[in-house]
Amino acid sequence: MLNKTVAELSRALNKGEFSSVELTQEYLQRINRLNSQINAYITVSGDEALVQATAADAMRSRGQAGPLTGIPLAHKDIFCVRDVRTTCGSRMLGNFISPYDAAIVERLNHAGAVTLGKTNMDEFAMGSSNETSYFGAVHNPWDMSRVPGGSSGGSAAAVAADLCAMATGSDTGGSIRQPAAFCGITGLKPSYGRVSRWGMIAFASSLDQAGPLTRTAEDAALMLNVMAGPDARDSTCLDKETPDFTATLNDSLQGLRIGIPKQHFAEGLSKEVEQALQQAFKVFESLGATLVEVDLPNSHLSVSAYYVIAPAEASANLSRYDGVRFGHRCKDPINLEDMYKRSRSEGFGDEVKRRILIGTYALSAGYYDAYYIKAQQIRRLIKQDFDKAFSQVDVIIGPTTPHTAFKIGEKNDDPVTMYLEDIYTIAVNLAGLPGISIPSGNSNGLPIGMQIVAGDFAEAKLLNVAHQFQRHTDWHLHRPEV
Amino acid sequence: MALDNSDVEKIAHLARLQINEVETLEVTRRIGDILALIDQMQSIDTSDVAPLAHPFDAVQRLRADEVTENNQRDYLQRNAPSTQDGLYLVPKVIE
Repeated sequence: MLNKTVAELSRALNKGEFSSVELTQEYLQRINRLNSQINAYITVSGDEALVQATAADAMRSRGQAGPLTGIPLAHKDIFCVRDVRTTCGSRMLGNFISPYDAAIVERLNHAGAVTLGKTNMDEFAMGSSNETSYFGAVHNPWDMSRVPGGSSGGSAAAVAADLCAMATGSDTGGSIRQPAAFCGITGLKPSYGRVSRWGMIAFASSLDQAGPLTRTAEDAALMLNVMAGPDARDSTCLDKETPDFTATLNDSLQGLRIGIPKQHFAEGLSKEVEQALQQAFKVFESLGATLVEVDLPNSHLSVSAYYVIAPAEASANLSRYDGVRFGHRCKDPINLEDMYKRSRSEGFGDEVKRRILIGTYALSAGYYDAYYIKAQQIRRLIKQDFDKAFSQVDVIIGPTTPHTAFKIGEKNDDPVTMYLEDIYTIAVNLAGLPGISIPSGNSNGLPIGMQIVAGDFAEAKLLNVAHQFQRHTDWHLHRPEV
Repeated sequence: MALDNSDVEKIAHLARLQINEVETLEVTRRIGDILALIDQMQSIDTSDVAPLAHPFDAVQRLRADEVTENNQRDYLQRNAPSTQDGLYLVPKVIE
């Protein structure tokens, strides 16, 4: 019953092959059996899920079912779900019961999707391996000794291991695309402002964007159709018409111009990932696309600029955790300052504290211009590089990650090495562009991801290119043995 | 720009974080590594480049100044560590 895409499950539900309640029970049993090994979920909300599934079956019997009605999903634990614990992977919010639903949770609920639970993640989405979670590392279903990537590692592992049919994630510097690559699934980061950030716990507000993690590009289109759209409650959510992202999936790629960024095929890229990409380019050529080399001359500065902008915004966003209104408060504070300092130091983990310190420093008097303004200037140069490239090509395709999933513990004692994991994904966030990672190969039993980037608001093009690749390859159908 | 232990202590105070002496050495070293990575951006001249704060250079949207939320104080305060009569309790601030 579970080994299906969202589109296939939807058809099976429509035909009455099984009910949403039966499907939900099947997933809950599998979670119950496997989650202790994978640690993909922080919270499983089984009772609530069965209530939603019952309502979804009723919706279907009234003839009101849409494509996501009755489909079981998991939310990254960065999204507020009303009356459910929402931790953001942190001790700080270990007991926080959200009093409201995030905008995308509302939208997915309204579409009749069934929430199985909340997935594990790097603390406050700061990490590329899921090892900074207060709730323990997530194990990659392809090899339990390896990381699933991060920060949406629980969502990616849950989709890969059939612990849900689809999942939500958030991407500030690669946090949807990198775990999708490591877990052999499809992960889409929409354009900045395409999806409301309301109720998504803030990390770096000018970069954060919510998106879907699924098996296929078609499923991602179905999810984005529901998730995207204007929202007055997020002042950065753009007032833009939302197309039907499934309508153009089957467009021909004849004449498509694909940009190959030469900087992404230089030193640092592993042989197996490069070879997989070369094979993928042959597939695109056979579909009528042409390959053009493009230059992104400032891309090597994206990690540096990002590690000013993201920590600076994080230090401001995370100042709200003060032990007063919600979140962790230390025992027996002697005065207000003691309460602030001990509550924050006990509530936050090492990586979060490091980033708060970096951000505080970058924003402090005397350093603001040298760091924060400088980083924003680099950000414009990076955006201009993309603008120039997209005047010559329709999409840019390269690796999502330099190599396949690494071992748990291999990189977590050196932050800089970990930061460089996101070298191909970060620039896309700085420029606000949509990007997707899809499976494009396998090396020694580990999946390889390919990143496709399109111009501003061209998610439909991105999904079209990804879907056509998936129609002519079967990497997205490979499953880990768990 | 290299940092020493006293810089880190100062920043930690600004961020209202408590870091003990043993941790300070480690944190100073880690932050030094990260700043070395960040300082790569100083290698290029950006004097004529306008800073980009928002990927589409968008500006804040305004709305009419109307009350749109209901009062849910009791419900919202269920997450508070300590409250009394609808107020949040904190350690004594004024002697």
